[in-house]
Amino acid sequence: MRKKIYALVDCNNFYVSCERVFHASLRARPVIVLSNNDGCVVARSNEVKKLGIKMGQPIFECEELIRKHNIQIFSSNYSLYADMSARVMKVLSQFSSRLEVYSIDEAFLDLSEQIIDDLSEFGRTIKARVLQFTGIPVSIGIASTKCLTKVANEIVKKDARYEGVLDFTALSEQATDEMLAKVAIEDVWGIGSKYSLFLMNHGILSAKDLKYADEKWIRRYLTVVGERIVLELRGTACIPLEAERPAKKGIMCSKSFGRDVTRLEELEEIIATYTARAAEKLRSQDSLTSCITVFIRTNALKDTPQYSNSFSQRIPYPTAFTPELIRYALKVLRAMYRDGYNYKKAGVFLTKIIPQDGVQPDLFSEFSLYDYYKQARLMYLIDAINKMYGRDTLFFAVQGITRPWKMRQSRLSGHFTTRWSDILTIN
Amino acid sequence: MNDHRLSLFLWRVSCGFPSPADDYVETALDLNELVIAHPAATFYVRVSGDSMMNAAICHGDIIVVDRAREPGHNSIVVAHLDGEFTVKRLSQRDGALYLVPENPLYQPIQITDTTDFSVWGVVTYCIHKVV
Repeated sequence: MRKKIYALVDCNNFYVSCERVFHASLRARPVIVLSNNDGCVVARSNEVKKLGIKMGQPIFECEELIRKHNIQIFSSNYSLYADMSARVMKVLSQFSSRLEVYSIDEAFLDLSEQIIDDLSEFGRTIKARVLQFTGIPVSIGIASTKCLTKVANEIVKKDARYEGVLDFTALSEQATDEMLAKVAIEDVWGIGSKYSLFLMNHGILSAKDLKYADEKWIRRYLTVVGERIVLELRGTACIPLEAERPAKKGIMCSKSFGRDVTRLEELEEIIATYTARAAEKLRSQDSLTSCITVFIRTNALKDTPQYSNSFSQRIPYPTAFTPELIRYALKVLRAMYRDGYNYKKAGVFLTKIIPQDGVQPDLFSEFSLYDYYKQARLMYLIDAINKMYGRDTLFFAVQGITRPWKMRQSRLSGHFTTRWSDILTIN
Repeated sequence: MNDHRLSLFLWRVSCGFPSPADDYVETALDLNELVIAHPAATFYVRVSGDSMMNAAICHGDIIVVDRAREPGHNSIVVAHLDGEFTVKRLSQRDGALYLVPENPLYQPIQITDTTDFSVWGVVTYCIHKVV
């Protein structure tokens, strides 16, 4: 079999980089992007990393550093990040038709079929092109397996001398091993925190140690998944490129609230809103659901009475019709709601998802294909209008109008690429 | 990016003879096709002020900025200049680089070693509302 060649392209501090593209004054200023509800740090510029602020750290712990170093703070602007991500992926697709979008800011490229003399040079070309087209800086690891590209990327990110590109295929086995020795076991792709603790207890501390571990022993304790990682570290490709993402089997909409919520009416607005959002996602992948799960819970970090519950409801006929889903969700909510608690988070989860064209009408039921088409057309129109004129141009009254419970996003930047009203204005 | 299509042909017959035009239907014109050469690298920017008036870029216009294009002498660019964005004409004169406004009321800006300067993108079209 011909040797495989993969590249992993990973956007540097992606959310921060997106904000910097549209804020000229932030080139050299430290920047933080916050999680949903403006609670914790989810992205940091390099300057912020150097100040010792950690990923996931609650923002109130950083207030002094923020003031002292004049750090710019943003709420997460997911519509901007999603659009910039799509742009990056589009540029990458110029370099290989075999592309796996691994996350919002990472993609694997399969370069095995191409004849490339100098892979490092090729990597630098990709990096320069993405930067020019989108303004987003990236790091690139090139290797014969996906797992090794991840390792290469770990090293590139920590050592500026590589200028963002590292090609393992150009290195000798010995030189590669020296690199692998620098990567801690918990940073190896696919090794969770539980397994890394177990491996450390057995003297396996680095990626290099794992590479030379007995694969039979690894298989016994880390299953075939662990064995595959060992083989990948040795240069045998076992984890194939997934160019096509399978349709999601479960769709979730879950968020914590901007403030505590106690009244059932407010929870109803919330659950209706989350259901409408989940139904929109369901329709966007042309699917139907026949099971809805709703959960609510209080703030576990607070010293107040605690309650949490979740209920599932089977839906007799698969549907993606928002009013029907809301009806079921509210029924479930009312059954589990208890008065006297401060609720902080809720979620709606759709499962038993089937493709829309797989619907089976029931001969003896009230369900008719005619009704089904009518519902589908109505939803199609609502989705189209909301897409054209902005989210929630049309919504269901039960979702509430002012929504005072909404997520805090007090430091949101403009939707520079997805709303005409928000595009950059310059002199 | 939205796909706004302007339909030139929309001809339906519900019964009777098929339309004689059916064989001639073509894909509707799409403004994106004309204006956007590199979708991944194209951004819209609103112009404020009149410093580029004589290049037919007016206050309130929306310019199409293509980051994929290489800027050259006389390109109109969106530039990053000392912590701010600006739209000006890029010009090389006697070995020096200038950002030149297209309005006699404004002075050209010389780019020196101490200027924090880079080109953000090249302006390719200007959308000007006339009604």
